[in-house]
Amino acid sequence: MSDLVQWSGNLLYTSFILYLIATLLFGGAILPKKNGQKQGVNRWGKLGITITVLGFIAQLGYFFTRWAAAGHAPVSNLFEFITFFSMMLVGAFIIIYFLYKLPVLGVFALPVALVTIAYASMFPREVSPLIPALQSHWLSIHVTTVAAGEGILAISFIAGLIYLVKTIDQSKKSKQTFWLEAIMYGLIAVIGFVVITTSFRLAGYEAEFNYVNKEGQAASETFTLPAIVGPNEGELLTENRFEPIAEMPAFINAKKLNTVIWSLATGFVLYWLIRLLSRKRVGALVQPLVKNVNKDLMDEVSYRAVLIGFPVFTLGGLIFAMIWAQIAWTRFWGWDPKEVWALITWLFYAAFLHLRLSRGWHGEKSAWLAVVGFVIIMFNLVAVNLVIAGLHSYA
Amino acid sequence: MGKVKCECGHVNPHGTVLCESCGRALTEEAKKEKFHDMRYEGSARRSQTYNKTIVDKVWNFFSSVKVGVWLIVLTLIASSLGTIFPQEFYIPNNVTADTYYEDTYGIAGKIYYMLGFHDLYNSIWFIALVASIGVSLVICSLDRVIPLHRALKNQRVARHTTFMKKQRLFASREGTIEPQEIGKVKESLKESRYHIREEDGSLLAEKGRFSRWGPYVNHIGLIIFLIGAMLRSVEGMYVDELLWIREGETLEIPGTDGEYYLKNEQFIMENYDKEKDSEVFSEAIEENGVIAKNYQTDAILYRDENRDLPGAEPELVEVKKEDIRVNEPMKFDQFALYQNGFSQNEMKAMEFMLTNKETQEAVGAVKIDLFNPKDVYDLGNGYKVELLGYYPDYDGIGKDGEPKTKSPVPNNPAFLFNLVSPEHPDGEVAFTAIRQTMEPMGETDYKMEFSNIETRDISALTVRKDLTLWILALGGTIFMIGVIQGSFWAHRRLWIRQVDGKVYVAAHTNKNWHGLQRELDSIIEHTSIPSPEDQQASEQSGKEKN
Amino acid sequence: MNKKKKRLIMRSVILAVLALAVGYTFYSNLTKEARGNLQEGDQAPDFVLTDLSGEKHQLSDYEGKGVFLNFWGTWCEPCKEEMPHMEKLSKEYEGQVEVLAVNVGDSELQTKKFAEQYGLTFPIAIDSSKEVQKAYGVNPLPATFMISPEGKVEKVVIGGLVKENQVRALFEQVKP
Repeated sequence: MSDLVQWSGNLLYTSFILYLIATLLFGGAILPKKNGQKQGVNRWGKLGITITVLGFIAQLGYFFTRWAAAGHAPVSNLFEFITFFSMMLVGAFIIIYFLYKLPVLGVFALPVALVTIAYASMFPREVSPLIPALQSHWLSIHVTTVAAGEGILAISFIAGLIYLVKTIDQSKKSKQTFWLEAIMYGLIAVIGFVVITTSFRLAGYEAEFNYVNKEGQAASETFTLPAIVGPNEGELLTENRFEPIAEMPAFINAKKLNTVIWSLATGFVLYWLIRLLSRKRVGALVQPLVKNVNKDLMDEVSYRAVLIGFPVFTLGGLIFAMIWAQIAWTRFWGWDPKEVWALITWLFYAAFLHLRLSRGWHGEKSAWLAVVGFVIIMFNLVAVNLVIAGLHSYA
Repeated sequence: MGKVKCECGHVNPHGTVLCESCGRALTEEAKKEKFHDMRYEGSARRSQTYNKTIVDKVWNFFSSVKVGVWLIVLTLIASSLGTIFPQEFYIPNNVTADTYYEDTYGIAGKIYYMLGFHDLYNSIWFIALVASIGVSLVICSLDRVIPLHRALKNQRVARHTTFMKKQRLFASREGTIEPQEIGKVKESLKESRYHIREEDGSLLAEKGRFSRWGPYVNHIGLIIFLIGAMLRSVEGMYVDELLWIREGETLEIPGTDGEYYLKNEQFIMENYDKEKDSEVFSEAIEENGVIAKNYQTDAILYRDENRDLPGAEPELVEVKKEDIRVNEPMKFDQFALYQNGFSQNEMKAMEFMLTNKETQEAVGAVKIDLFNPKDVYDLGNGYKVELLGYYPDYDGIGKDGEPKTKSPVPNNPAFLFNLVSPEHPDGEVAFTAIRQTMEPMGETDYKMEFSNIETRDISALTVRKDLTLWILALGGTIFMIGVIQGSFWAHRRLWIRQVDGKVYVAAHTNKNWHGLQRELDSIIEHTSIPSPEDQQASEQSGKEKN
Repeated sequence: MNKKKKRLIMRSVILAVLALAVGYTFYSNLTKEARGNLQEGDQAPDFVLTDLSGEKHQLSDYEGKGVFLNFWGTWCEPCKEEMPHMEKLSKEYEGQVEVLAVNVGDSELQTKKFAEQYGLTFPIAIDSSKEVQKAYGVNPLPATFMISPEGKVEKVVIGGLVKENQVRALFEQVKP
């Protein structure tokens, strides 16, 4: 590893720490004041945004040093892309912050960015050279624009989430509280993934399997988590390792499914731990944070982020994507799963805008839509790469 | 079913909700509203005004945004279904769809195939969905843009007070405004790029009206895009061919009507090398084993000058020499040639030694071109090798006792030789295949000993012509312009009116109320004009207090 | 009233245009498979090929006679079965229907050996560039095109002609 790559890694680490500090500072900024007065941006908030900007600069440093080391924009595998996405999310937050001066956005946006960076770092981090299909300037143009669009749309999710936390009545159980908890659980499951992967990695767990793959050929795979589900006709080679409870058919990637099961299970444990300790729904637990939030303003921020993010996403995810696909894959559109999910994302936000503009879906409905839109983006980012995998499965 | 005349004297089209000129509510519902619905300025949406004939009914169906949203949602769900399992065009070439899905994905795969989801995006119903969206785009836009344009064109400066009161941003007070204060506000409004119109003491400041046309512009872009996609199926607009070409071969480029030929000089495949490439990659190379670096066909493009009939000898003139790489297609005329795939190490020639079995002495070498073998290979001194039979893709012996070949491709070449030597002037018959020799007519003194093999690569190039690209690009560009126009700008209006000893101020925007309020606050600050307040917010905070 | 009528006409025209566009899209998508392939009744594409003895054969030279145009390969089993019938009937219909056998993909050696083995006397040409094969959209072998004296494709048969009667019927069809 060259020095530059080392530096790059350190800068990313620095930005992570800075975002963490900034989150706490923003937390201080939204603490209710003693006199109960409506507050402007206080010193905590100013300090928070300063640290956030510093963190952002550090992350830019990571990005460009890695670019210099590799000779191509570091957006060519899952680790690099997700990290870049988190950077765009923070960038979008900074812009929105200067437009609306809302520290509460930082309290939600930065933790999401932190979880995203942690999530990214679970994937292979080495600098890989570009395969022929990726050797194009369009790599940096297309991928960065998509990530920027998705980062801005993520802010719409965060504002929507704040809106929901604020407005949903936590005094009784309802459909709304259930789905809000589902979102919270989803976020916690990502943390669960990071926790469980890191734990077993530190413990050095490895279990090797021989199995028969989709093409009917013999293959081997090393599991880094105890195999709850094992591969097709799998045979455990490593001694003293957990024997799979169930065997998967050949077309399912058992290793990835196993990781998903572990993450969901760990998330489940963490979630219930929080609930049992606090004796509250997670939604209710965070509700005090948004006490002073103006919900109409949140609605507007959420909508505004969609208005800014939608054109950027269209440009990067569809138009630039089509131009590059025409050059690299001979056709601008080929119904590859990733392409289809970009189209689905686009159609979804198109529907969102029509519902809002023409059918008057404001407030809570709009907030739910912003949340669902983000779920679709995450699905495309994570599940399509890991589960469906078409031409885009570089990672 | 006539026109609606407003109290202010303006004549509105039938179905108008708010007078185009003064904004007075014209319907009972509008009079009862807390806030006016300003989406289409209260103009008459034509589709809702006539509903007599079947044409009107169809029209009204597609004119509904609700229907449009449903179409979008249905397309969205349908699209996602197609990604559950790979589409037919992504499954391996050597299997058929009817068995592949069931074999690979079990019962779920079988159902998927039976429902036709394996080729979902070419199915009639999916195309019908997309086409319906296209129709909806045209009709929805037509139905809304005309009345909206009318309403915005006809709007009067002085709006009726009821209209102003029912705007989200509103304020009023007793008294009048000093003319110099009006002047000051006008100055600041102009600085903020507002267009100002005045009419006996009333004022209308407006900016960003063009953003209201954004949605219609982007819909036009989408319609053009869909037209482009439709035209692709017109004969001659689109070519999609695959050209498999061996190293050294010169072939007609399919789809060019015999005008162009291509020679494959050589095919190159490179992988990243830990030693040669940048050391930052060494870890990744170690981890992954092999990472491809380059796929390349060194090609020469020819034009056939006589452009004769198929099968005729072409008269080739070199046009250009170029290396075709992934991401770097060769372009000529309206065509582009893309590096698409390859197959390495196809056998081209085999070399054998005619060998005396006893002495192990080699008499001479015979090199057989697997694509153009000769009858006889004369080695001199009474030695020669006759080729009695050639089976390029040997597949065992048939019922008639003859060796069989599966295909004309030399995947597994086999030969029936007659080995002539001074000892055996009539020759000895030997059958030679890879890892197998037979002597069908009895044991021989000589044999053909395999000594060498020549191979070459085959490159697969996609031949593409797409005359619809510029239409799609135009549609895409217009769409982007429209989307940006509609989402990065806002249509803001401020009305100030003095009537009956009262001052009324109201403001409206189609988005970003927060921004409008901030802007107005800074403009109206330090004047006696009341700053409009968000009635929706105060209403809520009022509620919360109670 | 007049205005209402005008509006109805306007709407009808727009809807008709849209319906036409959608209809065309359907039509072209449904016929995508069939298009590009040679259909019975089409004009047979002209071509020129050199046979094993070095003689040139151009399809248009056969005007006034029927042509039995057969695409084949030495590796293809059903091709072998129909060859004897073709040989026999080509003699019988000499001067009326000409047989032209186009080999796809084999080397000269194989083709010659095959012709010797089966005692074939009708012209055999090798389509080494595969241009003629493409012009006729031939994929599975054998494929037989019966071309009328006027140069029209009368019949397309994909697959082997096992019985002599079948072959005879085809000859009769294009006899001048």
